Amino acid sequence: MSQAHVSHRATGRRKGRRVFLQALPFLLPNLAGFLVFTFLPVIACLALGLTSYQLSPISSLQDLRSQVHFVGLANFVRLLGFHREAGGLVANDVEFWRYLGNTLFLMLGIPLSILGSLLLALLLNQRLRGITIFRTIYFLPTVSSAVAVCIVWKWILHQQPNEVGLLNSLLMRMGVAHPPDWLGSMVWAKPAFILMTLWATVGGYNCVLYLAGLQGIPEELYEAAALDGAGPWARLRHITWPLLSPTTFFVVTMSIIAGFQGSFLFTAAFLMTGGGPAGATTTLMLYIYNYALSWHQLGYAAAIACVLFALVFSFTLINWRYGQRLVHYA
Amino acid sequence: MSARRPRTTRLGNLALRLGAYVALMAVGVTMLLPLAWMVSTSLKAPAYAVEFPPRWIPSEPATVEIDGQVRRVAEVQSPLAGRGKAGRLRVAVLRYSPQGVRVRVLSPRSRAGEELTVGEGDLQMVREVRLHWENYVEAWRARGVRVREAFFGLAHDVDGFLVFYLNSIVVSICVTLGTVLTSSLAAFAFSRLRFPGRDSIFLAYLATLMVPSIVIMLPVYALLANLRMTNSYTALIVPVMFSAYGTFLLRQFFMTIPQELEDAAVIDGASPFAIYWHIVMPLSKPALATLTTFVFLHSWNDFLWPLMVVDRLALKTLPIGLAHFQDSYTTEYHLLMAASVIVMVPVLIVFLLGQRYFVRGIVLSGMKG
Repeated sequence: MSQAHVSHRATGRRKGRRVFLQALPFLLPNLAGFLVFTFLPVIACLALGLTSYQLSPISSLQDLRSQVHFVGLANFVRLLGFHREAGGLVANDVEFWRYLGNTLFLMLGIPLSILGSLLLALLLNQRLRGITIFRTIYFLPTVSSAVAVCIVWKWILHQQPNEVGLLNSLLMRMGVAHPPDWLGSMVWAKPAFILMTLWATVGGYNCVLYLAGLQGIPEELYEAAALDGAGPWARLRHITWPLLSPTTFFVVTMSIIAGFQGSFLFTAAFLMTGGGPAGATTTLMLYIYNYALSWHQLGYAAAIACVLFALVFSFTLINWRYGQRLVHYA
Repeated sequence: MSARRPRTTRLGNLALRLGAYVALMAVGVTMLLPLAWMVSTSLKAPAYAVEFPPRWIPSEPATVEIDGQVRRVAEVQSPLAGRGKAGRLRVAVLRYSPQGVRVRVLSPRSRAGEELTVGEGDLQMVREVRLHWENYVEAWRARGVRVREAFFGLAHDVDGFLVFYLNSIVVSICVTLGTVLTSSLAAFAFSRLRFPGRDSIFLAYLATLMVPSIVIMLPVYALLANLRMTNSYTALIVPVMFSAYGTFLLRQFFMTIPQELEDAAVIDGASPFAIYWHIVMPLSKPALATLTTFVFLHSWNDFLWPLMVVDRLALKTLPIGLAHFQDSYTTEYHLLMAASVIVMVPVLIVFLLGQRYFVRGIVLSGMKG
């Protein structure tokens, strides 16, 4: 890589090589690890997606050749294609589309969470006493072990004929006669997960970023606007919101990437519902995990992972292309 | 608190502040409730963990032992004394009969031992707060979790959460040290040295931040499985040690260190390594503390990667250990909650200690590079 670059330079390749050799000891430990454990795996995953790799528990590198068969785009045809059946078009992998739908549905919590973070940051930005304590409390769910959090939420959402969890007993006290069996119901499992994610994320990273953004807005702007007779809403609409737009852009970008990965939702589904009831809380992440770890079909799992990657990539690109237009750089 | 010109009337300001406090409190309580419920349940006796309606303060019917038998304690309005608090008797319930309830007075002392019959409706059962700390002992022991060899074979016959704790400590410390060391070296190269291809390599680093982690994990897992290296500390530590994120974070900070400091050192004949070690690193203590806190917490809480590469009990870290615990204690909520508290306490301590840096780190990573 360096060689190619050096030859492009007109400034003499010897100097280039010398500075590169100087940088190498600093770069090498991380770069080597990065190549082996991050960069090449991305390419390997794309390649694996083109094979029918079955990872048996007793496999070793020697029989890698016999296990990896190049199948071209067959995995992707099976994953994304449709076939004609009983006069209509049916997806080859119906479950994939369903779980993609689940993933997107669960991402509906993202705008709510971002809006909540903004509101919380606005509250925290009022120069009141004890703000640090509140900020710490809001951040607790983010640093808490996801496994522990999921276990306690399972207990809170619990609903059995003779045992009622905390949430439902509160609901019953408030007059809801028959609160839902959150985790056991096709209808309510996803809203319960969204509720949980909201709790876990609303005071987290996004809130801290917004708070920092707010603190970077010069006070004079508000004073000038107030002199011109702008009310609180006008100040929020015409000063705060536009000046926060770089933060919002960053927050939206990161949230979309995190949303497709859904590592918290993976933990939640894995521990609380097993992806059920009847697949209602299975996300693409869990689907990939199941193919790779439970059914050992690593080739197909890699293909799904590639599609997930493509989704993240295109959403980020769209956001980059069109979202950035809305960003107001002061 | 900087002086801010009053924009509204003083009364309006007060109302606004009050409103803000109420809102802050409401959200704060919502955030804490699940965690408080976790602690509350963890201290209850099994029979009262699933009580309806739920109680926040673990309490149980008060009992007293009389003649070798456990009796419930109740309060009753004394038939002799007048109304009011002074006339209340604390009694032990002896037996129920059609005529009423036979009770023995416990207090006040002056009437202790006296027996009388009272109407069932007059009795008020007494509950007392009782915290079952022994739940933590039982959860910590985690029955069924016992390994013959743990911790590089150094520890023998270890059982309970100690196994998971040892593993988590080893893994988190190694991952944190490795990440901070390699990331800071690379970040130094990316920010302070000029070499051909620097920016394109850094762009490759940045691009991978967007890649879903599972895309990276699958081939690495396949590689480790083929090398028969799953179920090892190596598998838990090495692949997660070279963080693109850490390099990015530190580079952002290193960029803010004034060039003049470095120039002065170069004139004095300092080597790049001397600049890294004697100038950049000491000036970057806050950023290093940030990364340390970040990586440690992330590694401590990581679930998916250990889940993929480890299934031997002796190598499980706390999160997957807790998941294992959940499988064997599905309905024993008091123990599940105690175990959850056990897992969460160190994280919360690290967070509270490193909070300042943590917040700074989030802000730093949100800056445009």
